[in-house]
Amino acid sequence: MSATALAPTDLRAEARIPLRGHLRHTGALVRRNLLWIRQDPESMFDAILFPVIFTLLFVYVFGGSIGQSLGGGQEAYVQYVVPGLMAMMGMNMAQGVGTGFNQDFNTGVMDRFRSLPIGRGSVLFAKIAVELLRMLFATVVLMIVGVLVGFDITNWTGLLAAVGLSAVFGSALMWVFLTLGVVMKNAQSVQAMGFLVLMPLQFGSSIFAPTQSMPGWLQNFTDYNPLSALADAARGLMVGGPAAHDVWLTLAWSAAITAVMAPVAIHKFRTKA
Amino acid sequence: MTRIDKNPSGAGSAVTVRGLVKHYGQTKALDGVDLDVREGTVMGVLGPNGAGKTTLVRILSTLIQPDAGQATVVGYDVVRQPRQLRRVIGLTGQYASVDEKLPGWENLYMIGRLLDLPRKDARARADELLERFSLTEAARRPAATYSGGMRRRLDLAASLIGHPAVLYLDEPTTGLDPRTRNEVWDEVKRMVGDGVTVLLTTQYMEEAEQLASELTVVDRGKVIANGAIEELKAKVGGRTLRIRPLDPLQLRPLAAHLDELGITGLASTTVDTERGAALVPILSDEQLTAVVGAVTARGITLSSITTELPSLDEVFLSLTGHRASAPQDATPADDRQEVAV
Repeated sequence: MSATALAPTDLRAEARIPLRGHLRHTGALVRRNLLWIRQDPESMFDAILFPVIFTLLFVYVFGGSIGQSLGGGQEAYVQYVVPGLMAMMGMNMAQGVGTGFNQDFNTGVMDRFRSLPIGRGSVLFAKIAVELLRMLFATVVLMIVGVLVGFDITNWTGLLAAVGLSAVFGSALMWVFLTLGVVMKNAQSVQAMGFLVLMPLQFGSSIFAPTQSMPGWLQNFTDYNPLSALADAARGLMVGGPAAHDVWLTLAWSAAITAVMAPVAIHKFRTKA
Repeated sequence: MTRIDKNPSGAGSAVTVRGLVKHYGQTKALDGVDLDVREGTVMGVLGPNGAGKTTLVRILSTLIQPDAGQATVVGYDVVRQPRQLRRVIGLTGQYASVDEKLPGWENLYMIGRLLDLPRKDARARADELLERFSLTEAARRPAATYSGGMRRRLDLAASLIGHPAVLYLDEPTTGLDPRTRNEVWDEVKRMVGDGVTVLLTTQYMEEAEQLASELTVVDRGKVIANGAIEELKAKVGGRTLRIRPLDPLQLRPLAAHLDELGITGLASTTVDTERGAALVPILSDEQLTAVVGAVTARGITLSSITTELPSLDEVFLSLTGHRASAPQDATPADDRQEVAV
């Protein structure tokens, strides 16, 4: 017991965690999340399968017909849908953070973390860091599949900007999923709830198809859907065309979602019994 | 243990709880709880499910905040100094858990790093604790593959990494088979031998008797009794001697004879005709020996003789006059297998 002999006065001085401490804690937790992947490599399957399946599905099933309305064909649709799928990467990241938090709560690991003298942000930052890695991995897969089905990477800077924008929007959406993760009973409910909310938003946007042919009432919705702004911004950045307006719109949406949902998520987290 | 000198506010009391209240909606999980755990002792908190034991531990671990009242752990206030407090506690039990996907070693190393141990020390501490809890062989296997007993041992190891001054054991053996339970008890006894202060919650009188020196009995968020475990045992009647004569006709004469002797000095002998046994409350081994001597002297042939600790239900019955309130404890009072000695 002699090692406990840190006098209370010393501890009081340590009450604020120095930056180095935060980095150390976050590092230890990143290591934990990476070990998860090593222990359970299947958890990376969705990062591989999502871009592969969605690209092939949309390009070969819908590509021909939607492409015609774009004034081209399947080739034109590839240029259209790959940036749209890029936009979805950030949302998958957000969902990953939410379900991961939920699992930590349910297995009691979160209680262990919360009873340790660490900043509670460390747990979150570590999760985000690992989910960002997963997202980058999925992005690389998407680009490889995209190029194989005929996507032209003309603008590398634009591509990186689109990845960044998708991550920024995903980080905002993450607060929504964190709230779900804290409130919902299990990871399946978080996923199901996320699916129910995101699915109409994703299909009711310009991610997969141009909105011109949609009925007026739906166009009203898609025009204000932040996912449309995000998809159009990614498109503008990756294949050219006007992007600035949609980029700003996406950033504004991200800021707004964060401003509303971050306090809610943090409150739910703090008061979780 | 030099801490007492450095920590004048604690004054020998490692955990001090005053008037602690916690509501969940209409339910009063804690309804004005007072508690003192003296430095270097084991305090047992005995109560049925829903009595407020876990709520108490969660407040003392800063996982939730009380609605009213005060609590300090080695002088740190649970509400105002949570971060300092977290550095001096260890938590293990039914809720706070290790990461099942990580190998045992990685769990301990991670917690070491989260407690700001340098890498080298965190590694050494992980090795040392795995060795101590006989988990070295399983160090590299994911904790999910561990048996129930190994899991609890890893839980205990994890809570000891930071050399905590106070250790919370929240129902450490609930759901374990008797052999594994004994294993965990042995480990806890070793830790106590090392001088750590323990707050133990349990549903079993036997567990409290094995590990705790003092006992607080809680029910519906209130403390209904507390004191040294021997005092409380005297209050609730200590053990019961269950004597079954071979010939059931001998039962009543036997009981009458024992009462006449007045050995037990407590409640009188009762007769369980259904099972053909006389139940004799005893307080000491001397009384036990005297009763057995008296029965032998009378020349009555016995088919069995066992001692039993009072069940949680009986403890409650004798302390409060009502049964333990939680639905879980609605088992018949004579279903004593669980605590039979």
